[in-house]
Amino acid sequence: MSLLEIKNLTVSFDTVSGPFRAVDGVDLNVDGREILSIVGESGSGKSVAMLALMGLLPETASVTADVMRFDGKDLLTMSDKDKRSIIGQDIAMIFQEPMSSLNPCFTVGFQIGEMLKRHTRLGRSERKARAIELMRAVGIPSPEQRLSAYPHQLSGGMSQRVMIAMSASCRPKLLIADEPTTALDVTIQAQILDLLRDLCDEFDMALVLITHDMGVVAQMAHRVQVQYAGQKVEEQSVEDLFSDPHHPYTAALLSALPERATGRGHLPSIPGVVPGQFDRPPGCLFEPRCAYATASCRINATPQGPEMGYALCNHPLINGAPADGTKAREITA
Amino acid sequence: MSTVLQATDLTRTYEVKRGLFGAPALVRALNGVSFDLTPGKTLAVVGESGCGKSTLARLVTMIEEPSSGILTIDGKPAVHTDTDLRRTVQIVFQNPYGSLNPRQKVGAILEEPLKVNTRDTAETRRQKARAMMERVGLRPEHYDRYPHMFSGGQRQRIAIARALMLNPKILVLDEPVSALDLSIQAQVLNLLIDLQAEFGLAYLFISHDLSVVKHIADEVMVMYLGRPVESGPAETVFAAPKHPYTQALLSATPVADPTRKRERVQLEGELPSPLNIPSGCAFHPRCPIAIPQCAEAIPPERLVAGRQVACILAE
Repeated sequence: MSLLEIKNLTVSFDTVSGPFRAVDGVDLNVDGREILSIVGESGSGKSVAMLALMGLLPETASVTADVMRFDGKDLLTMSDKDKRSIIGQDIAMIFQEPMSSLNPCFTVGFQIGEMLKRHTRLGRSERKARAIELMRAVGIPSPEQRLSAYPHQLSGGMSQRVMIAMSASCRPKLLIADEPTTALDVTIQAQILDLLRDLCDEFDMALVLITHDMGVVAQMAHRVQVQYAGQKVEEQSVEDLFSDPHHPYTAALLSALPERATGRGHLPSIPGVVPGQFDRPPGCLFEPRCAYATASCRINATPQGPEMGYALCNHPLINGAPADGTKAREITA
Repeated sequence: MSTVLQATDLTRTYEVKRGLFGAPALVRALNGVSFDLTPGKTLAVVGESGCGKSTLARLVTMIEEPSSGILTIDGKPAVHTDTDLRRTVQIVFQNPYGSLNPRQKVGAILEEPLKVNTRDTAETRRQKARAMMERVGLRPEHYDRYPHMFSGGQRQRIAIARALMLNPKILVLDEPVSALDLSIQAQVLNLLIDLQAEFGLAYLFISHDLSVVKHIADEVMVMYLGRPVESGPAETVFAAPKHPYTQALLSATPVADPTRKRERVQLEGELPSPLNIPSGCAFHPRCPIAIPQCAEAIPPERLVAGRQVACILAE
């Protein structure tokens, strides 16, 4: 049984100009100790889906799902009070901007202790000892002194370490990391990614890593889920996804990477832009930008089976070409 | 073709006030940087935050003057007051959401440089703006739209078009694609490659993304705390980096290939504050191969295997 199971999650926001569906029927499974990466461009609903799980969305959002189960407990029917004892303790989350996720008015020691106070029965001195232990575990030098530091006295990398210490304080079974290294320099990014991987091993923790950086995905993930405009378009193990992407969007995204380009000159780019609230295509959402789209794609997109990476596509690719022999077309953007 | 810009030993320091009675501290943002720009070629400046990339951009665009060192553009000394010279250098900023005036329409944004700097009539200005819009891939009807109606990629096209309105010879690109999504990033990079070929522009491309730099750059200069540590032809540097910092930077950059397992040069610790730069080689406290001599003198740049390296141990 998987640790986290979500089926048909839909999140829509009430906006002035009508409802906007940010997440559209997304399924998600995370096994214990697994690193699942959700990858997609801005507006693909990757963060919103996880915020919905954590219950962190504003009132204007309506969340529906067929199944939302964590560790055998049904999150849909659970009372808010029970949910609060799971969230923070068993499921923790860290965010992109470590500087703005910490409260500037309190010391980092207080903020780590706050988590322990809410979720454990430790006394004051035990909490302090545990906070120091956690800060040491995430690689903060001289934690005894840093305990009384305020967030503005720390660098970006150190703040993200504090965030990780806070989220790991109750030994969660699942950590959700929303673009944890996007705001950091590459050498610091490498340190934070190593730290996250070590913590997963040490604490038997599963990790959902939300990112747009294909390099980070390749380095970290066991399994990858690709999202586009609120839908899951493909799911594969990381090796298979990078060697044989089945959805045309994944394939196009990978070939747009500068490091995959052969020599200099033009990069293969995807024409057009991600559809917004008003220009959502009726059928397959990628159809206007897809090189292999046909008339049937304007009506719907058929979900494929596991052998095709669950690609949400009528003409899934095998080794870079549609399996059914559909010819590529010219797109006028 | 000769060089269009020559920078020799540029430094830029800032004074930071330290309270009412404390002596002001000196931040050495840029500390002895020399390079040339050639028409039709791209020099990429690579480094982490605080290495002086953006200060360099401000000096080259003559927004600020260097504290010392010589900057010549087009054979003339670059002084802040030389307005004609300032037209030859233009800049595209990182964040297309912040660099366009939300109250101006695209047409007005593009015509403003002409209005300020030339005696063109309204009609010629409009024609030039429309021609430039077509060149960067914007549709004619976009002329009357406001920046908020555009996506990030299209805004960056507008910013590039604005920079090109005065036919500059040098374009400073300060992280031009970092704020863009992957699929859009490729479109904008392609546009930049085309424009360079068409107008013979010299690019100063500032970025922290090594895979983008690898793709677009002819020459590369890696900086650490205000000093170049390694500079030379991009292919040479990327194929076999010689400075330990370049090696660490390259190995820390994630590669989109899950089957590739690499030797990692793990860097300990963080970037020191530019207020308090370590003695000798600024990199020695984090350097995996540092020896005691590294802390004594600033290593001079010397030629190692076809590129300049500022490290006494590189060979």
